[in-house]
Order: sequence, then C-alpha cells, then structure tokens
Amino acid sequence: MIGAQDQSYPEIREAVRRLCADFPGDYWQRLDRDRAYPTEFVRALTEAGFLSVLIPEAYGGSGLGLQAATAVLEEIHRSGCNGGACHAQMYTMGTVLKHGSPVQKQKYLPKVASGEIRLQAFGVTEPTAGTDTTRIRTFAKRVGDTYVVNGQKIWISRAEHSDLMVLLCRTTPREECAKPSDGMSVLLVDMREAVGKGLTIRPIRTMLNHATTELFFDDLEVPAENLVGEEGKGFRYILSGMNAERVLIASECIGDGRFFIDRAAAYAKDRSVFGRPIAENQGVQFPIARAHVQLSAAAEMVDKAARMFDEGLPCGTEANMAKMLASEASWYAADMCVQTHGGFGFAEEYDIERKFRETRLYQVAPISTNLILSHVATHVLGLPKSF
Amino acid sequence: MKVLVPVKRVIDYNVKPRVKMDGSGVDLANVKMSMNPFDEIAVEEAIRLKEKGVATEIVAVSIGEAKAQETLRTALAMGADRAILIVSETEVEPLGVAKLLAKVVAEEAPGLVILGKQAIDDDSNQTGQMLAALTGRPQGTFASKVEVEGDTVKVTREVDGGLETVSLKTPAIITTDLRLNEPRYASLPNIMKAKSKPLAQKTPADYGVDVTPRLKTLKVSEPPKRQAGIKVADVDELAAKLKALGVAA
Ligand SMILES: Cc1cc2nc3c(=O)[nH]c(=O)nc-3n(C[C@H](O)[C@H](O)[C@H](O)COP(=O)(O)OP(=O)(O)OC[C@H]3O[C@@H](n4cnc5c(N)ncnc54)[C@H](O)[C@@H]3O)c2cc1C
Repeated sequence: MIGAQDQSYPEIREAVRRLCADFPGDYWQRLDRDRAYPTEFVRALTEAGFLSVLIPEAYGGSGLGLQAATAVLEEIHRSGCNGGACHAQMYTMGTVLKHGSPVQKQKYLPKVASGEIRLQAFGVTEPTAGTDTTRIRTFAKRVGDTYVVNGQKIWISRAEHSDLMVLLCRTTPREECAKPSDGMSVLLVDMREAVGKGLTIRPIRTMLNHATTELFFDDLEVPAENLVGEEGKGFRYILSGMNAERVLIASECIGDGRFFIDRAAAYAKDRSVFGRPIAENQGVQFPIARAHVQLSAAAEMVDKAARMFDEGLPCGTEANMAKMLASEASWYAADMCVQTHGGFGFAEEYDIERKFRETRLYQVAPISTNLILSHVATHVLGLPKSF
Repeated sequence: MKVLVPVKRVIDYNVKPRVKMDGSGVDLANVKMSMNPFDEIAVEEAIRLKEKGVATEIVAVSIGEAKAQETLRTALAMGADRAILIVSETEVEPLGVAKLLAKVVAEEAPGLVILGKQAIDDDSNQTGQMLAALTGRPQGTFASKVEVEGDTVKVTREVDGGLETVSLKTPAIITTDLRLNEPRYASLPNIMKAKSKPLAQKTPADYGVDVTPRLKTLKVSEPPKRQAGIKVADVDELAAKLKALGVAA
C-alpha cells in the first residue's frame, strides 16, 4: 500500500524510503534492547543531506521549507525507523539562523549543514520548573568575557551525541524582571569543551530509546561571544523555534500512524482465524478505517501549519493544534495496531510494541496536550487564564 | 567515454508479491515499485567510473510504462546526466528490450553499456547477453569487479567455481552481480538537481522496433505455503523425530 498519490515531494519520499529500507526492524530492535544510538542510520541521513534540508543554500544546506522537512520525517517514521535520534539537527539551528550574529552563522551553519558539527541538543526543561518555563533556575552570571553557568536540566535529549547545545537560562532573576518571560538568554554551549569542566551529563533510562539525559552545571564557563542575540530576550528566540519543532514532531506522528495502519491492514488480510482472514470482520476493519480517517484529518492540519510556517505567517496555534491532533491520531493507530495483531502485537520482532512505546512520547513532549488546550482556550477563545 | 545504463522499474524487493485472482500475473495495483536492485548497482558503477575520470557522461534508459520516469529520476538523482524513456504500456520481453537498446546504442555510441544481470520481477537474465549478440560487442556478465584501462575493460565474473577474469575490448557490454558495489543513496541536493536534468520521451515506433510479445503466460501461481514446523526440546527428541519421519536411520 502506498496510499495517496498526490503526496508532496514524491521524489524526496521515494529516496528516504530507499534509505530506510536498509535499516529494517531488526536494526532498531537491537538498538532498542541496548538503548544504543543509531549511529549508522544518522550517518546515512546526514551524508545524503536530509538533515540539512532547512539550512539555506548559502550555508551549504538545501534551503527547502518545513513542508519538505515534514516529508522526510514522515517517511522515516512510516518506514518503521525513528527520527528522534536526529530530527533536532534539522531545526535547532533555527535559533542561530534567525537570531545569531553573522559571525556565529558563518562559524557554525556550514558545519551543521555538512554534519561536521552536531547541533541537536536543546536545553530548556528543568526538574522544578516543568512546563512553567519562566521559572527555570539555571543561571548564567556574566563575569568579564564569560558566563558562569550553574543549575540543572532534565530530559535533554541527544546531549551525548551533540557538539553544541542551545541552552536557555536565566540571566536576570525572575523577580527583577518586568515580565516573567524577560531575563532569559540563549547560550551556545560547546559540549566537547564543557563536559568534565563544569558540565556533567547523566543518561536517563526510559521506556523508549531516546538518548535523553540529565544535565548538571557547576560553574561552567561559556564564552560571552556564545550568547545568541541580546541578553534577556532568549525566551522569545526559542518560542519561534518551537513552532518548527512542533510541526516536525507532528509529521513524525503522521508517519507513525501510517506505519500502524499499513501494518494493521496487511496483517488483517493475512491472518486467518475461524477459517477466514480477520480483515473480513467489520469489528476488525472499522478501527483501522477510523485510524485512517483521524490520521488523514490530522495530516491536513500538519500540512497547513507547515505551509503557514513557510509563508512566514504566525502559526503558533496551528503548530500546536497539528501536534495535538497528530499525536492523538498516531496513538489511536498504535493502540488499534496492537489490538489487530492480538498476541503478536506484543512480540518484539513485529516492531509494533516498539513503535507503540515510541509514539506515546509525543502527547507529552515537546509540549503536553493540556498545555496546548490551555493555549487554545485562553489565546484563541479568550477564556480566562488559569495560570 | 559515454556509459549507457538501462534501468527497469520493478516491484520493490521488500514487497511480498501477490498473484492476481485469475492467475494471469502478479498483482501490481497499489504496490510499491522501485528500481531493479541490480540496475542500481549498474548506475553506481557508472558513477564511480565518472568519479575516476573514466566516464564522461552517463545516460540512463528505461523501457516501460510512463511511470518508469520515476525510476529514471532516481537514476538522475544518484548521478546520471540525462535519461531516455521509451514508453510502452504493454510488457516488453527481453528480446524486444534488447532490440530497442541496440538502437539506442547505435544512436548514442556508448563505450560501455552496464546492465543488471537480471530483473528481480521475471528473473530472465537475458537482456545483456542478447544485446551483446545484437550489437556484436563483447560481454562480461555477472561482474563483481570492473577495471577500465585504455580501450580494454577487465571484468571479474562470479562463476559457479569461483572468480573468472576476462578482458574485453571497448565498446563492451557488462552485466552486474550483487557484490560489484554498494549503491549510494540519492542525496537531497542531487534529488533537487535531478528535476531539471533532461529526460527524453520516445516510443518503440520511434526506433522502428516491433515489441509485440512472442510468449504467452499461461498461469502464474504462488509458491506452496510453508507448513509450520515443530519445536523439539533436545537432540534426542530431534533424532527420534527424524527417525520417525524416515529421514534418519
Ligand atoms: C523522552 C523525552 C525527551 C525530551 N527531550 C527534551 C529536550 O530535548 N529538551 C527539553 O528541553 N525538554 C525535553 N523533554 C521535556 C518535555 O518537553 C517535558 O517533559 C514536557 O514539556 C512536560 O513537562 P514536564 O515533564 O515538566 O511535566 P509537568 O509540567 O510536570 O506536567 C505534568 C503533567 O501535568 C500537566 N499540567 C501541568 N500544568 C498544567 C496546568 N496548568 N493545567 C493543566 N495541566 C497541567 C501537563 O500537561 C502534564 O500532563 C523531553 C521529555 C521526554 C519524556
């Protein structure tokens, strides 16, 4: 089954599928068992230029929009692979591209495009602040030509597989700011130099293979030239990057959903019980059909958000809604796929249980469903703020 | 030296083929299609020859339905310079393909034609050999290594007993085996460039070749289903079972 023929970027999708075919289920099962990083897969994607899709041609990328990037990630996930190990290499550079100095752009972007520098760690979340980002406590104190950073981050993915990290920290205490969202700044941390000299990375074992970690900062010195944009405006800088992240994660959910639907439909036609394929029972068909209906609607929203982003329109609400719809549609599809497979859905070699665990993440990260609903309630519908 | 690489659009090697209800052939409706894997190897070899400065231009050619354009675009995205599509909505048998390729060879005068040793859909393994016969060119089939020196090309062949090396005078015909190389992935920048590379559309009539099938498919059937096996606890039980089945004394 290939599905809709009018999909965007057919030639990109075809090439991504071809690459992914060389990384079949047993490759991911092996990594999953050892919680190991998919180094070979990431290298193949990097060398083929799929991770530099959003970087302008002047800096060595392909200069394509978010719509092309969603095609890449959707196909990766539809193939049964997972982009989580490297999707951030696509968009984390956006903060440097949009708000960095010409010197920073020249210094980093060409090497990010070639893959020589991995810029795929994004440090925002903290154990005590949670989703309430303005309450982060990691503090960067300016001392001469350096910032001295102290604090802690949690759930920072790919920190061990990244050369640079975009770090959000306070540079002015919250109490001293006019608005809670003021007084935060973005620093580029060179992980190669920082580890062992004020930065400790501790991996967290989770229910999925996501290379996520905890970070401890203890008088870490970061050169002041690594400040992105102006001091105190960091929160605004990362917000614009978050729209891209949400749309791209949503496209991964769409890919996951299609994976589950492809697999469930194929299995239902193949599996005979009571002397006939289980697919002949409407009780089996309808959940598959429902998954397809829900996913198709979510995919439209993802396309819309990506298009708006590419046209430079404000799309925070659309990006949020796309992420929510897509993550719920993929989760429904995941659950349906396990049910369709019966006991075999639990067997590692079918990849269903792995993808089931993987796709669950996206209702929580990078932003949880409740926070999206709260955004829509207060910012779109004008309902009273609850926090 | 120009290199001509014929490529075929076939059912994807990861897809489990299903036979049509009426047994007339494999059901290709809504099935994922891709470039024949041996042809991918052929394209890769041509690109490597170009990177070494041996080949100057790579021309990909496909004979098949209009959708074979996608396969040619893949060849262009990998690194071919231009493409020729000879459209036939009915199946063209190996002899018809070889005749058409012979015409293309006469027109393009390539120093080398590199083909896959067979297509994974019909497994005919005939086109390269027929093309060599029709053009009177030397052939090195089942190549696992290709080295061009001046106007000769040394081809290491995978034969039953091991490896055989033959030396051919160019222009020559080569067919690829699995171990010749590992094809590269089409890169994103090259995929975008491939969109503007030239792709000429032709028909068999343009070359004056009659491609009417000469063979009739009587019946296509699926291989018999593999029966479920049984698990044995240890070697003793295995030996007992084999004895019971009469396969061991
Ligand atoms: C595998 C993984 C990878 C991650 N990678 C990164 C990364 O690379 N970088 C990074 O910075 N972060 C990362 N995160 C963190 C992620 O963005 C957060 O976990 C997520 O935003 C939720 O924050 P929290 O865990 O602090 O939950 P909390 O804020 O503690 O929320 C807990 C629950 O309460 C709900 N809730 C909270 N407040 C309200 C309210 N006012 N009204 C209604 N409901 C509410 C939330 O929706 C949620 O369901 C990752 C997380 C995971 C699990």
